[in-house]
Amino acid sequence: MREPADADALAAALADAAIALLGVAPEALGGALVVGGALECERWLAAARTVRGDAPWRRMPVGLTDDRLVGGLDVGASLARGGRVLSRGLLAEADGGTIALPRAADASVAVASALARALDDGVVRLERDGLSGEHDAALCVLAAAGPEEQEHVPAALRERLALVVTLPCGYEPGIDGDARADSGAHARIPLPRDAAAALVDAAVALGVESPRAPLLAGRAARASAALDQRVRVTDADLALAVRLVLAPRATRLPAQPGDTPDVVPDDAPRPAEGSAPPQRDSSSDGDGDTAAPPPGAAELLIDAARAALPAALLDGGTPPARSSAARAADGRRGAEQRDEARGRRVGTRQGHPRRGARLDLVETLRAAAPWQPVRRRDAAPDGGSGALLLRGEDLRVQRRVRRTGTTTLFVVDASGSAALGRLAEAKGAVELLLAESYVRRDRVGLIAFRGVAAELLLPPTRALSRARRALAALPAGGGTPLASALRCAAESVTQARRDGARIALVLLTDGRANVALDGTPGRARARDDAHAAARALRALGGLVVLVDTSPRGDPEARALADALGARYAALPVVTARALHARVRAMVDDDAPAAARRA
Amino acid sequence: MRPRFPFSAIVGQDEMKTALLLAAVDPTVGGVLILGHRGTAKSTAVRALPGVLPPQTVVAGCAYGCDPGANGARCDECHAREARGERAGHRRAEVPVVDLPLGATEDRLVGALDLERALRHGEKAYEPGLLARAHRGFLYVDEVNLLEDHLVDLLLDVATTGENVVEREGLSVRHPARFVLVGSGNPEEGDLRPQLLDRFGLAVEVTTPTDADTRVEVVMRRDAFDRDPDGFSTRWLRADRALRRRVARARGLLPGITPTPGVMRRGAELCARLGTDGIRGELTLLRASRALAALDGDASIEDRHLQRVAPMALRHRLRRDPLDESGSTSRVARALTEVFGTTGAMDAVHA
Repeated sequence: MREPADADALAAALADAAIALLGVAPEALGGALVVGGALECERWLAAARTVRGDAPWRRMPVGLTDDRLVGGLDVGASLARGGRVLSRGLLAEADGGTIALPRAADASVAVASALARALDDGVVRLERDGLSGEHDAALCVLAAAGPEEQEHVPAALRERLALVVTLPCGYEPGIDGDARADSGAHARIPLPRDAAAALVDAAVALGVESPRAPLLAGRAARASAALDQRVRVTDADLALAVRLVLAPRATRLPAQPGDTPDVVPDDAPRPAEGSAPPQRDSSSDGDGDTAAPPPGAAELLIDAARAALPAALLDGGTPPARSSAARAADGRRGAEQRDEARGRRVGTRQGHPRRGARLDLVETLRAAAPWQPVRRRDAAPDGGSGALLLRGEDLRVQRRVRRTGTTTLFVVDASGSAALGRLAEAKGAVELLLAESYVRRDRVGLIAFRGVAAELLLPPTRALSRARRALAALPAGGGTPLASALRCAAESVTQARRDGARIALVLLTDGRANVALDGTPGRARARDDAHAAARALRALGGLVVLVDTSPRGDPEARALADALGARYAALPVVTARALHARVRAMVDDDAPAAARRA
Repeated sequence: MRPRFPFSAIVGQDEMKTALLLAAVDPTVGGVLILGHRGTAKSTAVRALPGVLPPQTVVAGCAYGCDPGANGARCDECHAREARGERAGHRRAEVPVVDLPLGATEDRLVGALDLERALRHGEKAYEPGLLARAHRGFLYVDEVNLLEDHLVDLLLDVATTGENVVEREGLSVRHPARFVLVGSGNPEEGDLRPQLLDRFGLAVEVTTPTDADTRVEVVMRRDAFDRDPDGFSTRWLRADRALRRRVARARGLLPGITPTPGVMRRGAELCARLGTDGIRGELTLLRASRALAALDGDASIEDRHLQRVAPMALRHRLRRDPLDESGSTSRVARALTEVFGTTGAMDAVHA
């Protein structure tokens, strides 16, 4: 692959290379995740389809139900035949071919799990509706997502799709359908140990945690060699693999060349200690040092990676690791289904499908089945038509349960000099609440504000381990952007409402805003903006508690509490336990009112 | 279907492999919970288990695979057959390792009306579910921390009583359902409810290997398997078979191994120091130590067995003080040092 001049051309070249590799080793690579605008993704998918030739191609629609994916009872045929008829499902139909997933970020956890299992083992298991079975499903999955949605694609899936490409705006595939090689060839090409070592080193340097990643990179390198009809893996193949597999998963900038070869912070015992230094191709690099692990080979790869690193990483050095919001979404998604009726499905009950209740077809059939002989006799004493005779009492609908419990969102003032202590105590209160949350099915979240903006440090969660991680480093000091914080809180409240939860907002501040919504300093505007945001928040309803942390009860804080319609609590000395007790008391007090509001 | 990746070929992850083997030797140890990031061979290990499990004797024709030797714990059909004086045949069968997919519905888990027979013949017949298939074997739930609450409740019920009771659609069925529950997941995506957490006898943490050589070996082995699955499996067959023999022999040794009062006292002291709730911690510690002694071919339970199993038996039973930053594994290590002296803690870490 020649080195194109600019970033967009490079991205396009990588996208084309990905299509070519998928033509050679679709199942070994698992598939690809393409990120870009809808039009560009469609073009890419179309080109990939051409390259795959006659192999089965199935497109997974949004909102696909489990049974259509994995297979299940074919209700129509079962009713017609009067016996159980199995439908194979999308995964089995795509055996030996490709599944296209154009809205990957919307896939549910159950769907992602089924795909992951199919990618791992080449089978899809069916365990539903009274049916059980295993079908072959050797697959390649091509997932597409918009640029902001990339992090929301379920982790189980992203882990297994080897290639990740970002499509530049206006991308047109530059590849034709003839670019296919003997698809068995890549399996015969060996991956030498030093190549594997170089990939592992590159992965470590880029902060790619999963052990799967270097493995997938190795497969990509071999596919690349097979594409050129070579029998050995070269550095160019490895470089391409790093760009397509490792660089998009990078979470940190690699160390600059010239650093010690130990780019791993924790001192892993180097091979020089016991085992022999890895054999190396004389062609792999010009560095003659063979005593240490091959920094030369890995460095070449890391340099190649630089060109393909995500922009966010290069700009600020802030890792584009999955935002905590996306991780939270993963955890939440498992417990909820995307449905018109609110709440999650917890079984069936007898009833009519009206007022939003959904019919559970299989359970209805089960209820009706034992009565058929009797009903047939009654209906047509001379024998009947064979159709299923349903009565009203047979109907079963899905039971749904709205999430109970409260989401408590802390909004903490991290500005000024007293901030650090306040933050630490708020963090303690969060953890105390979380400790009780399993009983009450509560969630806790944290927004901190300082400087010019507010940040959702911890999206509402029940997981104590995530809370610890997110709260580990809390920055403090700077101006007080109160309006921004209230805006951020309003967004979170709206989001939590959509999930059906009760909200309790706890604001810790002394009420003295000095940064306006657009980030400019100035007391008067800041105060006005803050009060406007407060009124908007009040309109959303729900319990708000303002904890005044100023030493002697600030009138500003009281005024803000009025604007918010909040309960006011003065806590000049904020300690975790006191805060926790106060919040707990107020939320419990509010419970009857909240029930009426719901 | 591709052949399974062999159990013995998994690089490292000794704590996880040991935990699974202990559960294979003595199912009363309780379930195994495997927590860790993605890509750390969690599901690979569980799916590779059948390769190291010795076959067991089941009653021929029994839907639940009842144990011909067990007198009280048999299903209704087997009891009825015996009451009638019929002698049922025996056969050897593989130990079941059953997958519970996240999208499974309740009827598939507990069993339900056999729709086909009902629709065709109007008969009410029970079709056994996953719990029946997993009896005397393993039930594996990947991403167990994302499992639906109502399914979790079902599993807890059955795990407590050892019986699956089905009352639905006019059916009333009861059958034995004793299995080792194995769960895996990434704790950052959701915490387990304490009731479910407590249900697991052993809890192991798997981490990505930090040693570069190990990581390279992982890649090389997996690569060799991908390119020639049958050949790779054959090459590792001997190691798997050897493990299987060890497990079989360990099962035989198990009844003859009793703990000395000294070992029991130190186990109790360990639990007391860690403040574990209830006595399940001590029971698990004891059973796991005994299984380990049997697996190692030792005649009695020694301190070193206790030290090796303590972390996996106790780390998930510690009362959580949310304001205490230290991880549970280090708390267990500290307690080990206090009870056994410094060598104790070292053994636990390098097991």
